[in-house]
Amino acid sequence: MGLLTFSVGGIHPNDNKLYTANLPIENLKAPKQLVIPLSQHAGAPCKPVVEPGQRVFMYSKIGEPTAFVSASVHSSVSGKVIEIRNHPSSTGRMVLSVVIENDGKDEAVELEEDEDYINKEPDVLKERIKQAGIVGMGGATFPTSVKLSPPKEKPIDSIIINGAECEPYLTADHRMMVEKPIEVLEGLRVLMKVLGVANGYVGIENNKKDAIKYMVSACAGFEGIKVLPLKVKYPQGAEKMLIKSILNREVPAGGLPMDVRVVVQNVGTAYAIYEAVRYNRPVVERVVSVTGAGIKNPKNLKVRIGTQIKDVIDYCGGVKAGVSKVIAGGPMMGFALYSTDIPVTKGTSGIVALVEQGLTHYEKYRACIRCGRCIEACPMGLMPQMFSVYVERGFYEDCKDYNLFDCFECGSCTYVCPAKRPIVQQIRLAKTLVKR
Amino acid sequence: MEIKRKESDFIVTVSPHVRSVETVPRIMWTVVVSLLPALLCGVYFFGLRVIFVTALCIVGALFSEWFVEKLAGKPITIGDGSAFLSGLLLGLTMPVTVPFYIPLISSFIAVGITKQIFGGIGYNIFNPALIGRAFALITWPRAMTSWVEPSKMFDLNNIGAAFSNIGMWLDGKTSATPLGILKLEGIAKVFEPYAAKADLYMNLLIGQRAGSIGETSVIAILIGALFLMLRRYISWHIPVSYLATVGLFSWILGGKEGLFTGDALLHVLSGGLMLGAFFMATDYVTSPSVKKGRLVFGFGCGILTVLIRLKAGYPEGVMFAILIMNCFAPLIDRNLKQKVFGLRKGK
Repeated sequence: MGLLTFSVGGIHPNDNKLYTANLPIENLKAPKQLVIPLSQHAGAPCKPVVEPGQRVFMYSKIGEPTAFVSASVHSSVSGKVIEIRNHPSSTGRMVLSVVIENDGKDEAVELEEDEDYINKEPDVLKERIKQAGIVGMGGATFPTSVKLSPPKEKPIDSIIINGAECEPYLTADHRMMVEKPIEVLEGLRVLMKVLGVANGYVGIENNKKDAIKYMVSACAGFEGIKVLPLKVKYPQGAEKMLIKSILNREVPAGGLPMDVRVVVQNVGTAYAIYEAVRYNRPVVERVVSVTGAGIKNPKNLKVRIGTQIKDVIDYCGGVKAGVSKVIAGGPMMGFALYSTDIPVTKGTSGIVALVEQGLTHYEKYRACIRCGRCIEACPMGLMPQMFSVYVERGFYEDCKDYNLFDCFECGSCTYVCPAKRPIVQQIRLAKTLVKR
Repeated sequence: MEIKRKESDFIVTVSPHVRSVETVPRIMWTVVVSLLPALLCGVYFFGLRVIFVTALCIVGALFSEWFVEKLAGKPITIGDGSAFLSGLLLGLTMPVTVPFYIPLISSFIAVGITKQIFGGIGYNIFNPALIGRAFALITWPRAMTSWVEPSKMFDLNNIGAAFSNIGMWLDGKTSATPLGILKLEGIAKVFEPYAAKADLYMNLLIGQRAGSIGETSVIAILIGALFLMLRRYISWHIPVSYLATVGLFSWILGGKEGLFTGDALLHVLSGGLMLGAFFMATDYVTSPSVKKGRLVFGFGCGILTVLIRLKAGYPEGVMFAILIMNCFAPLIDRNLKQKVFGLRKGK
């Protein structure tokens, strides 16, 4: 049987996962000082509920949601709040952040364990997930509690755990599935309970054979859960592609997974959900792959939220000479950093340091030769070269004729372009200049 | 303003941060390499003059590109392989006997006018090499249709023969192409010299026939084409739909004894069809970029080729068929888009 995958488009970049694929997750000691942003999620930023000078414990809530689409923020160490100020985030924006001086004691708020969590009411479980401040930990950081509250007219029948990890270099989800398969599946079971769903799936790309093996054997004790190996193809980890791969359902243009009765959650998120419903533990740490040719000793690290990226890199022996780019996230959709004085947040799945190889960026590009590679690569069935040519000429409105807003900016077109045109960048420009 | 980057500075750009190794020059030069078997066969059958004719086309193409870009104050792009490729393709469509001014002038028409005046690489409407050849055919119809019998001019036992006729074509048996004979004297005459039909087909496969320098050997062209397809530089859609259409319609319409009696194989293996279907019609810039559109494009080329061969004044129609379909490429792309993910038909 052929492995499952989505039907249109997709690319095969070198996955470069060997830097860290076989390295067990290590704990990184919390640094002296942490900067915890009050907005680590898609949606409204939190308002601070602590004041400078105040002592906080590990797991203390320091940021309270101000809207429905938001997620609370907790302290990842015990210590003293030094100040609350704007600090740059990995996207380059300034974000209100709480600076905490770590006292090194890790004195924690007492957490109540609930061994019988699986028999609790869905609403109770959902509330715990909400209180824990869980967001999509694959990088999109959409608040999980919101995803678990679909409107009544949109029934859900399947939940997919996204273990595709299709971004090159990243291995955080991979290691999580190897080391914590039961916990991840428990998270999925909780999700199924919350949404009253009988079918759970875990989609894992076939370049993670050990993860598939561990997950399949762990899965034996769970009812209604299937672990499915997927053909390796970027961007399979995109929700729409993953749903197509596993259930052969097409999320309608402009729609959401719930329009085809599906909810997708990342592996790291499933683990966090398990921790939240069983131990009432909020998200204060996450697994980060620190990798790439520019890192001296690549590692998979469990990092406290708010740890500066420079502290993480230092623990890995620092960067090698000749590093050209440091990226938060993967190289296909991650953010290039101008400084490493930027904190790890709930959405930081990796820190990738690239050395210059002539393939990382181009300052000049050539005319489009209409070779059609971008069309073949586009998982959404779009014609990216038309956007590129239109934007170059300033014909932004015409982009709408080619379904501009269906592009989710995976960058496949730009990866394959032999003229090295900044296609997805031009698409982003058009999106900001064109009214929907 | 130029920004100097210190060693310790990071480069900040928006994603994606990795790119494939494919570049335009790499594609162009690979296609050039894939045409070498056809060129070598030309040398084998028609002698070393082939090299001179082709070289003049290439030099003319490169010079034209440089000249027009210099004149227009644009960056010089002769290194990207595209002009070299156009020149080579033009050379392969010339008869070996042409006087040397024809390659020079028509390569200027090809690259200087058809490509550069329209905006350079990526902006030309028509296939440059084919416009160059069309110009030559119309301007010097006699010279562009004087074919010679292939004579294994490159014989190791008689190396001198290879060097004969290099300056101006003096001897060599003149001959007509199979399609030429078909047009003027009928199909019986085409097969007359052969004991069995298969002998002719075999000669067409090998390239043992009168014709343009690079078009005669089907096998040599297929080797290059296969190489490009395996590297995914060209897709099968245009060549397959083109060849299938020619085969089908020459079978239906090409016979003397009524419908469905034509010799499809003769039509598919003759003329410039192989070179045209695999190397001219698949030119990225002047053909549709969506697969569906490529099938339609190949179909259109096929129909026009058969109609010209059977019903019009010229014995061969590949060149004009592709040029006519070039006009339709943007229209085809506009109207045969891919299905957008999640979008229902008719929406």
